[in-house]
Amino acid sequence: MNRFSVQIHGWLLVLPAAVLLAAFTHYPAVATLLHSFYSTPKANRPAVWVGLENYRAMTQDPVFWQVLGNNLWFALGTIPASIALAMLMATWVNGKLHGRAFLRLAYFTPTILPMIAVANIWLFFYTPTYGLLEQITVDLLGLPSHNWLGTPSTVLACLIVVTVWKEAGFFMIFYLAALQAIPPALAEAAAIEGASRWTYFRRVVFPLLMPTTLFVLVNAVINSFRLVDHIIVMTRGGPDNASSLLLYYIYDVAFKFWDSSYASALTIVLLAILASAAIMQFAFLEKRTHYQ
Amino acid sequence: MLNRTVRKVAVLAAAMLFAGGAPAQGVEISFYYPVAVGGPITKIVDGLAADFEKDNPGVKVKPIYSGTYQESVVKALTAHKAGEPPVISVLLSTDMYTLIDEGAIIDWSSVAKSAADKAWMKSFYPAFMENSETGGKVWGIPFQRSTIVLYWNKEAFKDAGIDPNQPPENWKELVDYAQKLTKRDASGNVSQWGLQVPSSGFPYWLFQAFTTQNNVVLMNKDGTKTSFDDPKVIEALQFWVDLSRKYKVMPPGIIEWGTTPKDFFERKIAMMWTTTGNLTNVRKNAKFDFGVAMLSSGKRRGTPTGGGNFYLFNKSTPQQQAAALKFVQWVTSPERAAQWGIQTGYVATRPDAWNTPEMKKYAAEFPPAAVARDQLQYAVAELSTHDNQRITKVLNDGLQAALTGAKTPEQAMKEAQREAERLLRSYQRR
Repeated sequence: MNRFSVQIHGWLLVLPAAVLLAAFTHYPAVATLLHSFYSTPKANRPAVWVGLENYRAMTQDPVFWQVLGNNLWFALGTIPASIALAMLMATWVNGKLHGRAFLRLAYFTPTILPMIAVANIWLFFYTPTYGLLEQITVDLLGLPSHNWLGTPSTVLACLIVVTVWKEAGFFMIFYLAALQAIPPALAEAAAIEGASRWTYFRRVVFPLLMPTTLFVLVNAVINSFRLVDHIIVMTRGGPDNASSLLLYYIYDVAFKFWDSSYASALTIVLLAILASAAIMQFAFLEKRTHYQ
Repeated sequence: MLNRTVRKVAVLAAAMLFAGGAPAQGVEISFYYPVAVGGPITKIVDGLAADFEKDNPGVKVKPIYSGTYQESVVKALTAHKAGEPPVISVLLSTDMYTLIDEGAIIDWSSVAKSAADKAWMKSFYPAFMENSETGGKVWGIPFQRSTIVLYWNKEAFKDAGIDPNQPPENWKELVDYAQKLTKRDASGNVSQWGLQVPSSGFPYWLFQAFTTQNNVVLMNKDGTKTSFDDPKVIEALQFWVDLSRKYKVMPPGIIEWGTTPKDFFERKIAMMWTTTGNLTNVRKNAKFDFGVAMLSSGKRRGTPTGGGNFYLFNKSTPQQQAAALKFVQWVTSPERAAQWGIQTGYVATRPDAWNTPEMKKYAAEFPPAAVARDQLQYAVAELSTHDNQRITKVLNDGLQAALTGAKTPEQAMKEAQREAERLLRSYQRR
């Protein structure tokens, strides 16, 4: 009887969180999966079971393949760069230097600014002829003027730069916390052994940072598929889908074209990509990660 | 429950007593509206609602600001699907087919039946009604409407030795002036471009000006067919592409809509195409003398119209519909239309609004305000078809591919047409 009431007690404690999770995470995910097997209902045409038709249409949709490719380049461009930069900045502001607090704040500022506002500012940075970037490349370096956001070959790179700038400061905070948790005795021991600073970083600090790196990596991967605010402000996916990412395309299909079942199918693909990325990260990197 | 039924019967009885559609007492009409231009629009709309309530006790108007046009249509359709749409909403005129296909709206002509009502629906500029009618029914009532106009920097014209009060009349003059206005240094860097036509976001709208001027329309009246691969459409696109590639008077690549006015204020461009809705913005921020003119003519003059209409949503009660009709008639009356045009920069939607004393005074003080009106006789409906957003996206992608040089105009438009035909197939059967 006593054990029974403990059980009830436990379940009651879990209930609020479980209800919220089920209502806002699990149910929508399952419903999305179901919707993706039906056609989109219209005023006088109710939804009918179409099986895998939405997925077949997807394989023949050139825009889908283009945004998927864009998204992979975007991930490749943002993840390593923002992690490396975050580690560099964290090591830098972890040292003893004047104005350290100010520097940390400066690095963190991009994170606290709203993305929509930031994207509007970057829009003007990239403006041809009088934008900040052009003032440097054209006026100082004497290079020819270039329409950065208006050319398919450069637009994605421009968005990658904004994202790295936005994310690096956020990841830096995690690295900074991890660095402060490393006992100073290790640095002293390394110094006594005569290890160079680079060796100390490579053989001691870097391995100790691995749990943080894993955490940051998971976040960075998710973010590279999740961030679309700046696209809405800066390019709306243009020119000719050159800067459109998967989530932005899903928004287009769902809320501009009102094709909810095709959008559901696309969402399932996005979920599958993220889930497999997470599984791979935990399966492979976990083995090489030392938790203290 | 019983109470509710009794009330319903009472309301119905009251409605019958006031035959002719007079609204019953105590009706509330909710009203979504987007904001797409600068200025204190929310304040103006709240003021309109309060004024209407003063004149019409018993009717409550509840204006709800719903974001941009895009957000508004998302919200309205989502609310419709959830079963509680607004009674009326201001949405893009081009959303008409989408709203009909979703079964979200009812036509105004089924509510406005008296002779006076019918005369009211005929009182707007015909160019605005092109986007508001289909199948012999009126689905939208023009409210905040605009067209594309040419803004030019008079000082730049003077510097280039062109008469500053003479905007380019036709395509030949447009190219000619733009060439004179484009300033290059010895190494070929441009400090001032002659002309800028934005191509980000919704290039199809600006493209429609080129196609109309080339005397060709992009879609049929039922919104079931497009003609993107018409030789004249391809020719119009070639002209747009040539402005930067052949004549080199416009910056290459895709030009951002949002920064174009700023480029103009910074004197980086001497002429720009943008909406009349920017008039107040330019008037405030341009530090030089500027002019506003109709777009130059090709084979003819032309511009698409743009902007928002009032739609009447399904699932509202007859009392709400009658009250909504009354409100929309009130807010589009000549005096109110004039007031709205003066406060926002939108084009007053009916000819008699321009004969009101306030509007006459405003147009006399600030002549550019009347340019958009004078251009209306040449205006055509904005591109609008069934599955509208998909079709415009197909066209936008094709236009941007041609403007960035990824495809030739011919290839881009032929591919866009093929895709549009595929999307519209099911609507042609009806």
